[in-house]
Amino acid sequence: MKNFYIYLIVMAGVTYLIRMLPLVLIKKKIKNKYLLSFLYYIPYAVLSAMTFPGIFYSTGSVVSAVVGTVIALLMAYLKRSMVTVAALSCAGVFLTELIMKII
Amino acid sequence: MKEQTSFLKGIKDGFPICIGYLSISFAFGIYACSCGLSVWEAVIMSLTNLTSAGQLASVPIIVAGGTLAELAVSQIVINMRYALMSVSLSQKLGKSVKMLDRFVIAFANTDEVFAVASSQEGTVGKRYLYGLILTPPLGWTLGTLLGAAAGNILPAMLVSALGIAIYGMFIAIVMPKVKTEKPTALCVAVAIVLSCLFYYVPTLKAIPAGFTIIICAVVASGIFAFLAPLNIAEEGNDQ
Repeated sequence: MKNFYIYLIVMAGVTYLIRMLPLVLIKKKIKNKYLLSFLYYIPYAVLSAMTFPGIFYSTGSVVSAVVGTVIALLMAYLKRSMVTVAALSCAGVFLTELIMKII
Repeated sequence: MKEQTSFLKGIKDGFPICIGYLSISFAFGIYACSCGLSVWEAVIMSLTNLTSAGQLASVPIIVAGGTLAELAVSQIVINMRYALMSVSLSQKLGKSVKMLDRFVIAFANTDEVFAVASSQEGTVGKRYLYGLILTPPLGWTLGTLLGAAAGNILPAMLVSALGIAIYGMFIAIVMPKVKTEKPTALCVAVAIVLSCLFYYVPTLKAIPAGFTIIICAVVASGIFAFLAPLNIAEEGNDQ
């Protein structure tokens, strides 16, 4: 292992530049209707592509992850807050794995 | 047009992210230490990077003594989505956000912070943004510390259950829009189908996850930007 702090500076630097450059360089308001629409859809497309199918493999077993996913979808549909959705989803995973262990 | 300027509203919106990060970074702390990083190395990495996937990918490279180029490329591939988010966020900033503020806000432009800022009506002001980004880095760093220091004491099942927390947050952010806006719902559906294709089709699986997320998001958003462009007057783009 090389000096940890050299690695740290490289990764922190690269990550910051990626975030900072567009935010600092693009000062004008974009007027193009299609480009604006594209940017409007981006956050939802990114988050959902990151969530599925990744969520199914985020816990100890696919079964518990599916239970957690269903709970999260349901709670979010019922307009529960971000923390409630995440917490109940975790609880569902935990209980499912507990039950699976007992069975 | 409306600008969200309340610092307190920012704090209130940022706090759930902070709590969510506690659990996610907890898992990262456990992982980093189990791979051979020290507690403080894990903590300082979280404090300076503030990126879940990027940090996860970096640990094996660092522990194996990989090259700096390898590390840099992995971070670029995984984190390039933030560039997309920063472009999008640049259009959302209110007039109160000055140049110096942009340098600060960029540091904390995570998936969740970006998503919450995006979901505000109108533009977001400097005071709101500072409120929003105040607590998430604290939660991210503290959670890493707790996980790194105490993770091995916890039962594996509890750690496993925490793994889904970040995705629960994503669903909570996306669902309200999916419920009320049909084009967004369809765009999300296309992004998910593409993402699943990249994951399950053998030849496509070779493409790094960081790239596939960008491809999925750009294709899905591109299609719907043309099929269902926003009504500019309604969404507001006036200075």
